[in-house]
Amino acid sequence: MRKILAIWAAKLSAVAGRIMGKNSSSGPGTIALKICPDLIERLKGNIRHKVIVTCGTNGKTTTNNLIYSALTKCGYSVVCNNLGANMLSGVATALALECNWLGSFKVDYACLEVDEASTVRVFEHIKPDYVVITNLFRDQLDRYGEVDMTVELIKKALSMADEPVLILNGDDPVTASFGHGYKNAVYYGIGEQVLRQTDDTKEGRYCTICGAEQKYNYFHYSQLGDYYCPMCGNKRPKLDFEAKNVNLTNGLAFSVGNTRVSLNYRGFYNIYNILAVYSAMNTMGIKYDSFKTALEEYKPQVGRMEEINLGKPVILNLAKNPAGFNQAIATVLQDPRKKDVIFAVNDAPSDGQDVSWLWDVDFDKIVHNELNTLSVSGTRKYDLALRFKYSDIKVDNISADMRELMQKCLATDAEVCYALVNYTALFGTEKIMLDIKKERGGK
Amino acid sequence: MSDFKLNIVHLYPDILNLYGDKGNIETFKKRLLWRGINVDVKECTCDNTQIDFDETDVFLLGGGTEREQKAVLEKLLEHKKEFCDFAENGGTILAVCGGFPLLGKELKDKDGVFEGLGVLDIFTDLTKSENRLIGNVILECEGLSDKVVGFENHGGRTDIKNHTPLGKVLKGLGNDGKSGFEGVVYKNVTATYLHGPLLPKNPELCDKILLKALQNKYSDFTELLPLNDELEKAANGYITEKYL
Repeated sequence: MRKILAIWAAKLSAVAGRIMGKNSSSGPGTIALKICPDLIERLKGNIRHKVIVTCGTNGKTTTNNLIYSALTKCGYSVVCNNLGANMLSGVATALALECNWLGSFKVDYACLEVDEASTVRVFEHIKPDYVVITNLFRDQLDRYGEVDMTVELIKKALSMADEPVLILNGDDPVTASFGHGYKNAVYYGIGEQVLRQTDDTKEGRYCTICGAEQKYNYFHYSQLGDYYCPMCGNKRPKLDFEAKNVNLTNGLAFSVGNTRVSLNYRGFYNIYNILAVYSAMNTMGIKYDSFKTALEEYKPQVGRMEEINLGKPVILNLAKNPAGFNQAIATVLQDPRKKDVIFAVNDAPSDGQDVSWLWDVDFDKIVHNELNTLSVSGTRKYDLALRFKYSDIKVDNISADMRELMQKCLATDAEVCYALVNYTALFGTEKIMLDIKKERGGK
Repeated sequence: MSDFKLNIVHLYPDILNLYGDKGNIETFKKRLLWRGINVDVKECTCDNTQIDFDETDVFLLGGGTEREQKAVLEKLLEHKKEFCDFAENGGTILAVCGGFPLLGKELKDKDGVFEGLGVLDIFTDLTKSENRLIGNVILECEGLSDKVVGFENHGGRTDIKNHTPLGKVLKGLGNDGKSGFEGVVYKNVTATYLHGPLLPKNPELCDKILLKALQNKYSDFTELLPLNDELEKAANGYITEKYL
């Protein structure tokens, strides 16, 4: 009875939320768990086959949603927290809303994106059969403490599950370390040097076994690459799924196994997201003839290099930690057009209140011949401005008013505008872009 | 450029680079250069462990994970006496975040008590570190008209004994979460849990440290020229307005 009550409450709260114009993806679950704390345990029997959990600092939403659409394309029914709420309440929301009014549902798979810090709490309620870990970078330190502690948390969570199969980014020494001494682990990675070798922030550069500094045959970005430890011999594991013949000239193209993937996505890091999905599907032994269709039809989440034409293209991208910003900047630099760039950083609790990491982003690289104007926004606009000031980089506009900044950029003779923003700045910026589009009489 | 020059050594940035320590180095550097004072920044790293104490005016010790801090401490202890003499003779040290407890006489973690650099007579207990002290901090510091603002995220609880604190905590948790004080100032040593980019938003504190370092080296050095700190004050003001 409590279960039914909890589900009804969740459903009503979701309906009420929609009427109020709020698309809450964690609220209904929070209410449901208050009424029925073991709701998730009671509902997991409705999942016929397997539970797949995706976690990791960057790329988990894209990866999880891609696994969801690949499975759906293969004809399976899937429950997924694809609204983006990735803590225990978000998982509860997804399962509760999947139910009919009698409190049950039938699906083949569950695809769950789980925040690293929530893995222990979530695995107490539902044990995954497969766990995909995309990467571990420094992120929102004030919430997680340190990367080392995040690793400990995930290890603890994994030890509580029933030996799930781990699908790990083998290029990331920190992520690959979950496979040390573990029976069921497979690894994916990029098996060749692709990018120019630069010296950007490498946070996990010490051997996870002996602590010595690792060397690299080549690296991709941050600490990802073909690493080895000269002291103890630890090295990148043999890759079970290896991307080769990578081409970045028009979108992304690479080969994995016998499949050639070619897509109109921006961002080198998307290779990892797609590889993770490919590896997951293969590891689960699912025939995925529709894999490519799923990729092609996949509509990226808000602000994943999202392009809206406002008289000229404006490209919105979410970045919320040094690795994310460095990758976003690298993607901007691949665009040869003359451009205006806006950075926005907020410090709301869900952004992380500590913005020290701004000094670990290689912002200096944004200065290049085709940079027209540089603007900063968000509640931490002055921190951004200082970051540039102490690198002797001129900031053209400092304003909390994103709309005003965007109008200014639209009025310049640059061909394209990029807005690179962190989490809570994302939806507001997208809304401003859509409003401007509406005002311009666009569709 | 003047004839004045400061030599700064950043200690093990290859290991202790957790919280944007680059911000402190850049601020030291630029605020000297903008005033026509020469500056040289060297890094002491695993590949280049040489430290020339006679040629160094300022040391910066940053933060890292506890594991990384212990690895650095082991290397620094080879120069324990030199560091203590350096500080006693008025040499400038800025230790932030995890670097702060390393300057103390002793630390304690789950494996027991271990020796620190002994520059400061302080004791740090790391055994409660799963319960971290995290958040924005605002300090009132003697001799500074602006508040010092920053962010703390530390597991250690530090007892500063008879030392003078850097400031009184107006917002935040401070050295041990209960004393109401944060950091230590001893001679020209400044140690604080406020991590990473402490100096960009606190130009007054930065200049105070630089002025003392210059005066310790040059008996005829009198004052630093004022700079336009509008942006710095705006970034500082955002925190004080939000939390005070």
